[in-house]
Order: sequence, then structure tokens, then C-alpha cells
Amino acid sequence: MKIAGHEWDLASLGNHVWRGRIAAAELLAFAQSVKDEGGQLVALWGSDDRQLFPLSPGGRGAGGEGAGFAIHAAFITAAGLAWVSAELLADTPAYPDLAVIFPQADRMQRATHDLLGIQAEGAVDGRKWLRHGAWPEGSFPLRKDFDAEVVRELDAYPFIRVEGDGPHEIPVGPIHAGTIEPGHFRFSIIGDRVLKLEQRLGYTHKGIEKRFEGMDLATGAKLAGRVSGDSHSAYAWAYCMAVETATGYEVPERALWLRALFLEIERVANHLGDLGYLGNDVALSFGFMQFWRLKEELLRLSGRLFGHRYLFDRIIPGGAAVDLTDGSELLALAGRLEAEVRELKAIYDEHPTLQDRMANTGIVAPALAARLGLTGLAGRASAQAWDARVQFPQTPYDRLDVGMSTHRRGDVLARAEVRFAEVVESLRLIRAIVQGIPAGAIAVPVRVPDKVTEGIGWVEGWRGEILVAVRIGADGKLDRVHPHDPSWQNWPLLEVGILGNIVPDFPLINKSFNLSYSGQDL
Amino acid sequence: MATHLILQKIFKTGIVSEPMPEADPSLRTRMQELQADLLKVFGRALAIRHVDAGSCNGCELEIHAINGPQYNIEGMGIKFAASPRHVDVLLVTGPVSRNLETALKRTYDATPEPKWVVAMGDCGCNGGIFGESYASCGKISNVIPVDVEVPGCPPDPVTLLKGILAAVSGGR
Repeated sequence: MKIAGHEWDLASLGNHVWRGRIAAAELLAFAQSVKDEGGQLVALWGSDDRQLFPLSPGGRGAGGEGAGFAIHAAFITAAGLAWVSAELLADTPAYPDLAVIFPQADRMQRATHDLLGIQAEGAVDGRKWLRHGAWPEGSFPLRKDFDAEVVRELDAYPFIRVEGDGPHEIPVGPIHAGTIEPGHFRFSIIGDRVLKLEQRLGYTHKGIEKRFEGMDLATGAKLAGRVSGDSHSAYAWAYCMAVETATGYEVPERALWLRALFLEIERVANHLGDLGYLGNDVALSFGFMQFWRLKEELLRLSGRLFGHRYLFDRIIPGGAAVDLTDGSELLALAGRLEAEVRELKAIYDEHPTLQDRMANTGIVAPALAARLGLTGLAGRASAQAWDARVQFPQTPYDRLDVGMSTHRRGDVLARAEVRFAEVVESLRLIRAIVQGIPAGAIAVPVRVPDKVTEGIGWVEGWRGEILVAVRIGADGKLDRVHPHDPSWQNWPLLEVGILGNIVPDFPLINKSFNLSYSGQDL
Repeated sequence: MATHLILQKIFKTGIVSEPMPEADPSLRTRMQELQADLLKVFGRALAIRHVDAGSCNGCELEIHAINGPQYNIEGMGIKFAASPRHVDVLLVTGPVSRNLETALKRTYDATPEPKWVVAMGDCGCNGGIFGESYASCGKISNVIPVDVEVPGCPPDPVTLLKGILAAVSGGR
């Protein structure tokens, strides 16, 4: 595959996905060629391959693998998703710092060190990230020989202080004042104005990646869907796509259409909730009540039609767990929701307080968004025109001609506008899916392979691209699963978006991104 | 004008709030002394603090939902407060991550007596799919005393309301 004029040895691994192995020393050159082409780093993770069964002769990566550790990176390129891996030494696993090219690598590299003891050489920020005090320095949970009986140690984290006359700090969290996930925000302010915000996350780290190890494929789908509950269908689909690529079985087309239906319902439900809370955060509780009334109607219909309000466990390896028998209620509700959302948008558009609070608040300019890798709906509100459903569509999106919504302002209002546009588009997609879904089976039995296989899944969730990489062991159980949330890339942009704004606007700016804690804490 | 449109929409929507469900005493796991007497004083003016002790954020979706118009818990005198010092009930979702164990204990200690703890969701009740590990303490009652356990992944709003009411409904 050719990237920015360079020829790289990557082979096709499914639709719009490329796979290759390169030397650790080539990683920087590879990343640079992706950058030159206008691509981005999506995810970075490691694996302990010391005890891996050798791959079958002639299989991908045959020969030499299994000797040490590996570093993996997934990039968005003009041709699709490029997944490259580099082998690292067993005793001193290290690779070059990628944050010099893609700054979003920073926290992922620190997490990889906390979990696996793999070092990014030359990285500026060497602080821990996911490790607080639950396991000691020098102990690495994702190593296969990790001893679960570890001693706790006191947590200490060196925040970057703002010095001088006048600035003072506001520490917020980990337990927040509302119904929000836990995390710590350290504001340095003068008066009401924010000079610096530093986040400390990792509080909800519950060992998800370790939990996957040794799990059967069906249970793995349940766990994947609970990496970030609000993006359940996106994770479950990405996981199943990865498993299906690894094992090579074909999913019935009707099941793929059902998965897309679940994903679009999830997108509409989350966007409706966020639009309500954005109203609430500018003291327009009318907006909260109206949007949450609509969201509840959608949840209830999902519960009635598919047996779960949030569609948990409806996507399974091999297909879908539940069929659509009668789509008429869904068609009717989608039509009514669209009409009501348009009515409410007219009110938001005309409401002077709301417009005043949202416009020019929490700006992430397009150039900065591109440099730091802002992604998903927040990225699209800052002119980063990426949407996997549009550029690299899987079935059925290749037949639905998805429209993408973008803005250039990059403020709270732009992020609200993108949500409005995406609700309307997703409601159109829901109707198109209900009307166009092909007949047939909804699932096939899953064949468990008897050799080591790997795959990757990539789905545009409501927040941004969800990626799940899977390696299945020769025993048919999961050996290594890495789920990636777009919140990894977007959290650092919230630190930037708040600069110069006033503290009371933070909840509004934060809600306009609405990032996942659980999804990045893992 | 926005005001005109808002009023029009409010009148057109009407009142969508539904009747409150009854308490479900079978969800209670612990009975505190003095409870019945205190509740005569409490009536239904109840303040709740939600604590996410490490959940996947699925349970939080339903906590948001009970604040919506169909369930309208504020209309019933139940409100969510911003500080544990202001509340009667801690509504805790889990599993409890080891990184939050200390913060959860401190929140519990900061809540004035008498207090009740409602553990929400399968993970809060028994550790759920995450279980106990190097990073997870499992169920809420492994870390603080729990009065009511509301299972489900996530529990639906009506079940959640039944559990919250069970915490403060005495032996009745």
C-alpha cells in the first residue's frame, strides 16, 4: 500500500482495513508518511507476545513472532485504516516516541507503559496515566506473568503548577457534583478566567483488557459492549467485526442491517440526551424536559421491539440476537421525532440566552483540531471531515449514502449544530434501513478457530470512531483485546478548549464534548 | 420569538408525568434501626447523591432518565444534590474500581447519619461482568454498607425508583 509516495508492505485485512508488520525503528517514518498525507493516529496499544503460540506456517506474521512484546498502532489513511505492529525485545521493550508527530499518542503511550512496561523512548511526559495506587510501579497487569496479588501504594501525581502572583487552583473531583463519571480536573485560574486545565483520569480503570484474557468469544461481546455503556452497540459491533475478520465467517446481510439500525438508534438517543443537557446547562430546563421526553419515547420503543432500552447484547458474534418483525412503529416514531426536533431547533436558534452562552464558547479552531487529532462529532464541528460511515462505509452504509455534517467554528454551538444535523440524518437512516432491510437469517453459528488469528473492527459510534482489535488464541479463547474510545484523542482538546473561558462555562463546554471516562480508563 | 414558541410547545406537550411506582421491599438487603420512626419525619422529602464508583456509564443513563418528565422524581420530592453532606441516600453504581475505593469511603463518611446506600446495577450488586480483579473491588458492599440492591444491566427506571423508595420506606 502506498502512503504519501512511500510503498509500505501492508496487506488487505477486510474492507478498507490494511495490516502490516514493520520494524520498531520504522514506526516514526510510517507515522510521518501518514501525517504527510493528512491522516491521523487513531489508537496505540501493546501486547505481551512472549508466550504466544507460533502462527501456522504461511500464516500472517509467521516466523519469529512470540519472542517478546509488540507495539500496535492504527492510523486513518486515505485508503482506510492501517494497522501496523512492531516486535519489541522481551527484556527491554521500547519504541520511538510517536507524540512528536501525533500529540494524541502521549496518553496512550503512558497507559501502555503502565499496563505493559513498554517504553516510548524520548517521550517528554513520563508520568503515569492509568496507574494510580492500585498496583505498584514495576508491576504490569497486562503481562501474562502478572501476579494479581499486588500491594497498594499511595497515589501521588505531579500536576503542572501555574506559578506567580494571582493564580490559584480549583481541584474538582474525582467525584463530581452531578450524575457524571468520575475524574479529576485541576483548574488554574485568575479571577473567573481559566489559565490552565489539567485532567487526571483513570479513576474508573477496572481492568477490562485483562478481563478479556481467556474469555470465550460470546462473553467477549458482552464485555466489549460495556467498555462505555452509552456506546454499547458501537463497541459490540466493532468487537464482532474484529472476531469475524479473525475467524473468516460471513455474517448474514440482514444482521448487518440490524446492527446499523441499532447503531443509529444509539446515536439518536445519545444526541437527544445531549441536546437536552446543553439546554439545561444554559438554564433552559424546557430544553432538557423536551429532549428527554423524546429520548424516553425512543428508549421505550427500543425496549418493546428489541427487548432492551439500550439494545444491550443485541449484537452477537455471528449476527444479531433479535430480529425486527414489524417496523411500522419505528417508522412512525422516527417521522414524529424529526418533526419535533426541527421545532425544538427553531426554539434553540431563536433563544438569545442560549445563543449567547453557546456561541464563541469553548472554541477549538480547525488548525489546532487537525494538529492534535480531534475526532468524531467534536472533530466535525471543528472542520475535521471524517466519518467512517461516509469515507469507508461497511455494509449497509455503502448502500445508504450517509451525509456528513461539519462546521468550522469549533465552539459549543457548532457541536450542538452537528448533533442536530446528525439526529435528522440518523432518523432518515433508520427509516431507510427499516424499508430496505433484506430478508434472511439474522445469525450464523460461530466457528472457533484452532490456530492464532487476529482481526480489527472499526465503527463510527455517536462520539467518534470506536476501534476494537482482537487476537484469538489457538484454544479458541480471547488472547488479547484492545478497545479504543475516541475520548482518548478528544480529552486533551477539552483542556485546550476551556482556555480563556470562565469557570462557570466549563460544565457547558464539557457537556458539548460529552466524553467517556470509562471508555478511556478501561 | 422564542418565548412564544416555548409556550406553544409546552401547552401542546401537556403533562406527561406518570404515577410513581410503589416501593419494592424485596430489594432491601439490610434493615437499619430507627428507620420506621425517622421516615415518619422524612415523608418523601429525600435528597440523593449519585456516586459513580467505576461503572461503564450504562446505569448513569437510567439515572438521567428518572430526572426526565415521564418519571419526574423532583415532582415527588426526591432530588439529586451536589454534596454528600446534603443527602439522605447515596445511589452508587459500580463495580468499585480500586482507584475509587478511597473516594467512595470518604463520600460515605461525609454523608450525615442517618443514611442509606442503594447499590445500582448488576455490577454494584455482585461485581457483574467486571468481577473482582487487580483493578476492581467488585460489588459496592465490599467497600461500604449497602441497604438496597437494585439488579439489572442497567435496571430500568421503574425498578430503580422502587429500589430508592424501598430504602426509605421502613418495614412497610
